[in-house]
Amino acid sequence: MQKTLRRYAAVFVLPTAVAFTVAFLIPFLMGIYLSFTEFTTVTNAKWVGFSNYLRVFRDSSDFTNAFWFTAKFTVVSVVLVNLFAFSLAMLLTRGIRGTNVFRTVFFMPNLIGGIVLGYIWQLIINGVLSWFMVDITFSASYGFWGLVILMNWQLTGYMMIIYIAAIQNIPSDLLEAAAIDGASPRQVLRNVILPMVMPAVTICTFLTLTNSFKLFDQNFALTGGAPGRETAMLALDIYNTFYGRVGYEGMGQSKAVLFFIMVAAIAYLQLRATRDREVENA
Amino acid sequence: MTGKEKKAARRVLFVWLVFLAAVFVAPILVVLLNSFKGQFYITDEPFRLPTAETFVGLTNYAAGIAKTGFWQAFGYSLFITVCSVGVIVLFTAMTAWYITRVKSRPARIFYYLLVFSMIVPFQMVMFTMSKLANMLGLDNPAGIVFIYLGFGAGLSVFLFSGFVRAIPEEIEEAAMIDGCNPIQMFFLVVFPMLRPTAVTIAILNTMWIWNDYLLPYLVIGNKYKTIPIAVQYLQGGYGSRDMGALMALLVLSIVPIIVFYLTCQKHIIKGVAAGAVKG
Repeated sequence: MQKTLRRYAAVFVLPTAVAFTVAFLIPFLMGIYLSFTEFTTVTNAKWVGFSNYLRVFRDSSDFTNAFWFTAKFTVVSVVLVNLFAFSLAMLLTRGIRGTNVFRTVFFMPNLIGGIVLGYIWQLIINGVLSWFMVDITFSASYGFWGLVILMNWQLTGYMMIIYIAAIQNIPSDLLEAAAIDGASPRQVLRNVILPMVMPAVTICTFLTLTNSFKLFDQNFALTGGAPGRETAMLALDIYNTFYGRVGYEGMGQSKAVLFFIMVAAIAYLQLRATRDREVENA
Repeated sequence: MTGKEKKAARRVLFVWLVFLAAVFVAPILVVLLNSFKGQFYITDEPFRLPTAETFVGLTNYAAGIAKTGFWQAFGYSLFITVCSVGVIVLFTAMTAWYITRVKSRPARIFYYLLVFSMIVPFQMVMFTMSKLANMLGLDNPAGIVFIYLGFGAGLSVFLFSGFVRAIPEEIEEAAMIDGCNPIQMFFLVVFPMLRPTAVTIAILNTMWIWNDYLLPYLVIGNKYKTIPIAVQYLQGGYGSRDMGALMALLVLSIVPIIVFYLTCQKHIIKGVAAGAVKG
């Protein structure tokens, strides 16, 4: 069958392969090349070696600031989102009346797009801050916590779904045995439930991690980086470098390559964490 | 705990969950309320109900729709999402079947490239991709469908391949002996078996493409507005912004999502959990 199928490669693979090459492969390779050049459109590139990369750190502190802001934001949202999501999952696996309705409601914000989410929360947060005669652009910490709140609203329901599935998969005889042994609810949580849902914890941690680290739309709509560029995360900083002014395209592209390397490093850690777990279970 | 205490504890939990659910819904309700208030009454007191003085009926909706060409944006969003999702599901299923069954070196390399593309952030390729799309004349609603196929291929082929591997090859061998050619085989035998995965992939891609802002903005944004671009356009652009129109547009862009969610909620929740591998 392989042989016959091979003759049909044009039908089965060609459309995807051409689209993939045009939309991803060529732009990716060109992006790496252009990060070593100076250019304004992609056709007038001049080789400049590593100077764009040096300029990223020498010309201004935008990128470094964005990195620290992103890192702080990511750590805080990973911890909070997972804490809330796990607690909700615990509450919703006790057979309380209306569990399905609650699940539906908590998950819903996840479907709303980032731009719309940003403006919804801009209204709410500015409404609260207006009692103190300020708005979200008044201080970077307002923008920071605004983003954290937004992220929790959006992602908690999603992670909750994954935790619920994991908790429901715990064999009931394990919980019964613990109850017969007279374990307190706290002991059950620590010694039975938590170890059993560890794979879900890994998945959810990395999902919130990459989602927070790569955040763009929400950041763009909620604060747009204000005040100044203090609340611009990495993705927004790259966007601003490309499209904010002319003559910085090379620098923007090298920032993008650095950003890619960071995201790839996270993905590598994730791969290793999941693999180790698979070995443990085997 | 006695039975009575247990019952009481449950009641407390239930009340607590109702409270949390209210907190989750509140932001959307606040936006809905404000969409009926005059634009100058929104920023100052967003939490006050509309009164006889501040209530403006559907004025904001009319303004928002007129200023952004909302119906047109809705049409573009719908066209781009439906076509892209259809194209992605069909072609990536075909590709996944081919590269899983034909164990050649190029097939394997292509598979690894696709998986690799999943970890590359959009910012890495946004400038070069939008310029290339421009040069190749792909900067229109039909062209962007092609771009989405290329961009969505990674995750979709990856998910489909996992399920193709679970299909025993004997079924396909039997079909071949019965005289099926590969195209008949795919449509009559393989694709029907992949249907649950196809639903998952359709949902994941729908949520992504419908809500996507930056890619369509960079590729077709100056000629065609999708809904997220229309919302952003109202915000930025010119002079002082019309908060009333913005509120109305936020409501209008949430409504289709909620309708979609409530009609295929089960599939969505299952699909999203299955797509959790995406990094």
